Amino acid sequence: MSKVLMKGNEAIAEAAIRSDCRLFFGYPITPSTEIVEYLSKHLPKAGGTVLQGEDEVASINMCYGAATTGARVMTASSSPGFSLKQEGMSYLAAAELPVVVVNINRTGPGLGGLGPAQSDYFQSTKGGGHGDYRLIVLAPSKGQEMYDFTMQAFDLADKYRNPVLILADGFLGQMMEPVELKERPPAELPKKDWAVGGCRGRAKRKIASYALTNEVGEAHCKHWEAKYADIRDKEQYWENFYTDDAEYLLVGYGTCGRIAKSVVLNARRQGIKLGLIRPISLWPFPEKAFADVKNKVKGIVTVEMNAGQMIEDVKLAVECRVPVHLCHRQGGMLPSETEILNFTAQAFNLALPEEV
Amino acid sequence: MERVFGRPKGLTELPFHYCPGCTHGVIHRLIGEVLEELDIIEETIGVAPVGCAGFSLDFFSCDFVGAAHGRAQAVATGIKRAMPDKMVFTYQGDGDIAAIGTAHAIHAAARGEKITAIMVNNAVFGMTGGQMAPTTLSGQVTTTSPYGRDCDIFGAPIDFPKTIATLNGAVYVAAVSVDSPKNIVQAKKAIKKAFQVQQKGLGFALVSVLSTCPTNWGLSPADSIKWLQDNMIPIYQMGELKATEEVKAL
Amino acid sequence: MAKVIVLSEYCKSCGLCVNICPKKVLAIGDKPNAKGYYAAVVTDESKCIGCALCGTVCPDLALEVYKKRS
Repeated sequence: MSKVLMKGNEAIAEAAIRSDCRLFFGYPITPSTEIVEYLSKHLPKAGGTVLQGEDEVASINMCYGAATTGARVMTASSSPGFSLKQEGMSYLAAAELPVVVVNINRTGPGLGGLGPAQSDYFQSTKGGGHGDYRLIVLAPSKGQEMYDFTMQAFDLADKYRNPVLILADGFLGQMMEPVELKERPPAELPKKDWAVGGCRGRAKRKIASYALTNEVGEAHCKHWEAKYADIRDKEQYWENFYTDDAEYLLVGYGTCGRIAKSVVLNARRQGIKLGLIRPISLWPFPEKAFADVKNKVKGIVTVEMNAGQMIEDVKLAVECRVPVHLCHRQGGMLPSETEILNFTAQAFNLALPEEV
Repeated sequence: MERVFGRPKGLTELPFHYCPGCTHGVIHRLIGEVLEELDIIEETIGVAPVGCAGFSLDFFSCDFVGAAHGRAQAVATGIKRAMPDKMVFTYQGDGDIAAIGTAHAIHAAARGEKITAIMVNNAVFGMTGGQMAPTTLSGQVTTTSPYGRDCDIFGAPIDFPKTIATLNGAVYVAAVSVDSPKNIVQAKKAIKKAFQVQQKGLGFALVSVLSTCPTNWGLSPADSIKWLQDNMIPIYQMGELKATEEVKAL
Repeated sequence: MAKVIVLSEYCKSCGLCVNICPKKVLAIGDKPNAKGYYAAVVTDESKCIGCALCGTVCPDLALEVYKKRS
């Protein structure tokens, strides 16, 4: 199949169209705006509707409404906009509505800057909105994954009746890469026999998320808890890169995972047995990837564009039995291969024969 | 003898949980009757607010969706855009639509979303115990205006249907009341028209209904009716505030 | 010929129907229903004219009105 040169944001948008999503409600915010612009142009051609909501709060609630009818629906935003959506995310999870949400992480907190960052990891994986809910979070690291993971996100959302988040950054969103525009993969998805749409021929349905008594409240919570335990068991995704004989590991997702691959190759050339575990699902965090690691590896460095967020999950995954260090940049800066390798060498007292 | 008055098919058999004398129940009945008379129960999806009517999901016979506080207009937009040939209505208190939900209501009206909005105005935030709302009257005592609403500090009550009527996308806006049998009949006519506007796909329709809140006003049901008549009706523009030519021709 | 029936388990004793009835057919009763409300009662069925003003103002669908079609 031929490849198309396109921006990461555009790849997400095209994947949504080919996933039979026909509704998009959004609001422009840099560096995610190409998604709403591309869809404004192409989704109507496919018979779909793009509505620019008056704000991010309206957009996520329009997604909520559309999702109650069983339709596939998406929205996209960037950090401050994603903050505005948190009430909506909590309501989506509670009402168990499948919606795909994209956050092209920019720097924060506050108005921040437009550069790439990974500072929304906590917000995405630990909550963001109120209550005990989880988002399935997928972290692409290149244009093809921006496309593929979007398609997967729609299927996961339908499979589990849960919102799914694509967490990328401005670097990935803006970068142009060749992308193969694959067909929507076949998937066995449950029937949406909970959706509203007029009660002709059936009993009326309601979709809400309140609990009138504490007993009902607890029953709801236990139901969600069981669902999340099921997802945690079945939907952990990661990539192993030179991990089989690795003595030291890098852990990084998205752009950092991509840069880390070069670091691994450089290190290997210099005789350092470095490997990379690249989380693809951030929630559920790929704990299974670390099952053997805590007994085998001498040290880990997480590579992140934040003040240290994913590192906490890595420490938990290895049960704090292995030293874990943080190599990080912030404010929109990217870590370079050189600084990551130097940091790793310094952290574990490793000799670097070559002048890097 | 045949029954000439009773429960409409648009309502389920469940007893309402509203306070004695609260006119939410009257408004529910009017909507239930309209849904039945227009034969649209099975084509309709309602959107419930946060507020006393947050439990209205159980009282109507049609599909219903609960929205976050203030977001009903956005949720209704999403439903209608997904299913344009279905009837979508919101049922919102004044707190839900004219405080937290103002932006969404204004923009749904501005876009001319083909939905029917029912606003129930009782001049307070009822469910949470009677706090001041943007519609609370000058001098009215509430739990957050214990000395009476001082308009110098808090501004004057907002005439929300009048605000919505200024928007081109809003093709039918009516301000009614359910304080007396005569006004209840007028209210039903307005509600019916607001649904007929949607049937014809003409644009956004809003009916604002003045309603009592005996518990939080600290008045008996009968005195609440009187209070509404003496204090609320005089300060608002009542009747059909807007009806385009197409709506008039219905 | 007309009559009104009170569905007492729905009644919340708000009194609006009692006030509005032009023939004073309804009154607040002296028996509490299951929820503890003193439901309205029909005092003199023969006076009912089937105008249904009571039902119109009732917030709880606690009244049904019947009329003989002439």
